[in-house]
Amino acid sequence: MKILVPVKRVVDYNVKIRVKADGSGVDLANVKMSMNPFDEIAVEEALRLKEAGKATEVIVVTIGPAKADETLRTGLAMGADRGILVKTDETVEPLAVAKILAKIVAEEQPQLVIMGKQAIDDDCNQTGQMLAALLGWGQGAFASKVEMTEGAVDVTREIDGGLQTVSLKLPAVVTTDLRLNEPRYASLPNIIKAKKKEVAVKSPADYGVDISPRLEVLKTTEPAKRKAGVKVGSVVELVGKLKEAGVL
Amino acid sequence: MTILLLAETAGDAIAPATAKALTAAKEIGGPIHVLIVGPGLKGAAEQAAKLAGVEKVLVAEDASLDHVLAETVAALIVSLAGAYDVIIAPSTSATKNVLPRVAALLDVMQVSDIIKVVSADTFERPIYAGNAIQTVRAKDAKKVITVRTTAFAAAPEGEAAPIEAISAPADPGVSAFKSEELAKSERPELTSARIILSGGRALGSAENFQKVLDPVATRLNAAIGASRAAVDAGYAPNDLQVGQTGKAVAPDLYIAAGISGAIQHLAGMKDSKVIVAINKDEEAPIFQVADFGLVADLFTALPELEAELVKIGR
Ligand SMILES: Cc1cc2nc3c(=O)[nH]c(=O)nc-3n(C[C@H](O)[C@H](O)[C@H](O)COP(=O)(O)OP(=O)(O)OC[C@H]3O[C@@H](n4cnc5c(N)ncnc54)[C@H](O)[C@@H]3O)c2cc1C
Ligand SMILES: Cc1cc2nc3c(=O)[nH]c(=O)nc-3n(C[C@H](O)[C@H](O)[C@H](O)COP(=O)(O)OP(=O)(O)OC[C@H]3O[C@@H](n4cnc5c(N)ncnc54)[C@H](O)[C@@H]3O)c2cc1C
Repeated sequence: MKILVPVKRVVDYNVKIRVKADGSGVDLANVKMSMNPFDEIAVEEALRLKEAGKATEVIVVTIGPAKADETLRTGLAMGADRGILVKTDETVEPLAVAKILAKIVAEEQPQLVIMGKQAIDDDCNQTGQMLAALLGWGQGAFASKVEMTEGAVDVTREIDGGLQTVSLKLPAVVTTDLRLNEPRYASLPNIIKAKKKEVAVKSPADYGVDISPRLEVLKTTEPAKRKAGVKVGSVVELVGKLKEAGVL
Repeated sequence: MTILLLAETAGDAIAPATAKALTAAKEIGGPIHVLIVGPGLKGAAEQAAKLAGVEKVLVAEDASLDHVLAETVAALIVSLAGAYDVIIAPSTSATKNVLPRVAALLDVMQVSDIIKVVSADTFERPIYAGNAIQTVRAKDAKKVITVRTTAFAAAPEGEAAPIEAISAPADPGVSAFKSEELAKSERPELTSARIILSGGRALGSAENFQKVLDPVATRLNAAIGASRAAVDAGYAPNDLQVGQTGKAVAPDLYIAAGISGAIQHLAGMKDSKVIVAINKDEEAPIFQVADFGLVADLFTALPELEAELVKIGR
């Protein structure tokens, strides 16, 4: 069984981004980029299934600029077998990403697609659910546990109020939540080996997908800033201030 | 524009998030129909019917819709979509699961987590953990939208609207519910609580998390929240996580105890009206957003706070 893992190149989670003064977007020049943390969890889960003998091949795919190759290499260094880079400098919205992924699924025929629940840049939390919809597959979104059974996968999901377990017929889409696993670090030899692993380079046009955006970004602005208040010297003073503020 | 609002329910009642999303729907404008999905939700339907501005309530009680399975609920909404220009829902774990599936089936790009309605097709939404606000215009003829409920006030009650029973299309048969572990709590629900007391890694254990936070939370009738570090370490259940990848909250009072204030945490709580930080490190970033900061060891400050609350009769 093959597993497909879509991985996205995003601004590293430690970076405090800056909004451009002219409202045209976020300044991404010279900013550290990394694999979306949820996607590292997805790669890890796929590798664990392979190591447990439940999967035969792990394919990482990314849609993005030439530099997104680095993100694929991260996945390959963790242990994925090969990569697909769908190269584009355009903005690709989740719906278009899902359409491209659906075409790749048709070609590669994986039994499982494991991906992040959300990318930490646009925070859309859509792509996995959209892919499942386009394929007519079941979806296990926000997974904290994944268990393969006969012809199906049981996914425990983080939901409001607790946990829910669903059983999905294979093939299926799973999206990862933070508690699914702790991703491994790639070792130096594996990073070097990853450079030689196969990466197929494609374009959205190869898949016949129209990626023109459906959302027009009119402007990007800074949120209203909260200013730091005061330090209080004691709990008694704190309670006094809270009463004054009318919240107690 | 006719609007279909997918309701969030809690037991046989409407969750407060629904009335907030209704306010966003009203700002978009047009007749609003509320959709209630799942068996045994007549009470919820009656409550929804009483919300001011609702023209009609649709109730689908098929067993296949139980537990809000994305596959069946999306199929139902798609079967109704022809009659609607806008499909909207409060952003909750259930709707985040369902709505993108609906959007893709309708070939529409969803607008996630709106915080402002600028016009019927233009919305503001946070990106990069709330460090930037994007204004987007949705060009699709049909719109699929989720609403960040902390940004909208709840719609009031009004005259009762009619309730209509509908049925779901055939179950696509690709998924089945197996089990569920729901935390039972007497406390107010996190996203609608007026006061939240959140604990971080500093609590050190699940036992401390409970022992130290509970008495204060009880006095304040507060919901309890947590940082990711506290959830990952198993001190608190996953659904208490506040932040970019957990819940967004905006209570009147948010007390962060032993939380450093990482941007991912701030993303979920910085719209709170009053923020209190209790941290023993005076350099902790949480103090940059706190209205009132107390540099102290939480293990002494919280018991003191409880005693002080007793004194003032809380
Ligand atoms: C002004 C602006 C500029 C942008 N510029 C770029 C740009 O230069 N390059 C760019 O890639 N995006 C860019 N984007 C983002 C792009 O428009 C989409 O919003 C984004 O690719 C998908 O949204 P998301 O990642 O928030 O989706 P989510 O639904 O939150 O993503 C969930 C998961 O889907 C998968 N996934 C999502 N996107 C990809 C992908 N591209 N490849 C593989 N897997 C994926 C991952 O597994 C991810 O964890 C830009 C957005 C804006 C607003
Ligand atoms: C993809 C991704 C998503 C994330 N999503 C979220 C999210 O949604 N929500 C979230 O919260 N985090 C999230 N994080 C994690 C975030 O980056 C931080 O790691 C996390 O918020 C830290 O939790 P903390 O403040 O409890 O722990 P720490 O950062 O370790 O802070 C503990 C604080 O307690 C103080 N302290 C210690 N002892 C005491 C004492 N006795 N009395 C008083 N103070 C004391 C310390 O001074 C310190 O400031 C995410 C990270 C990633 C990579």
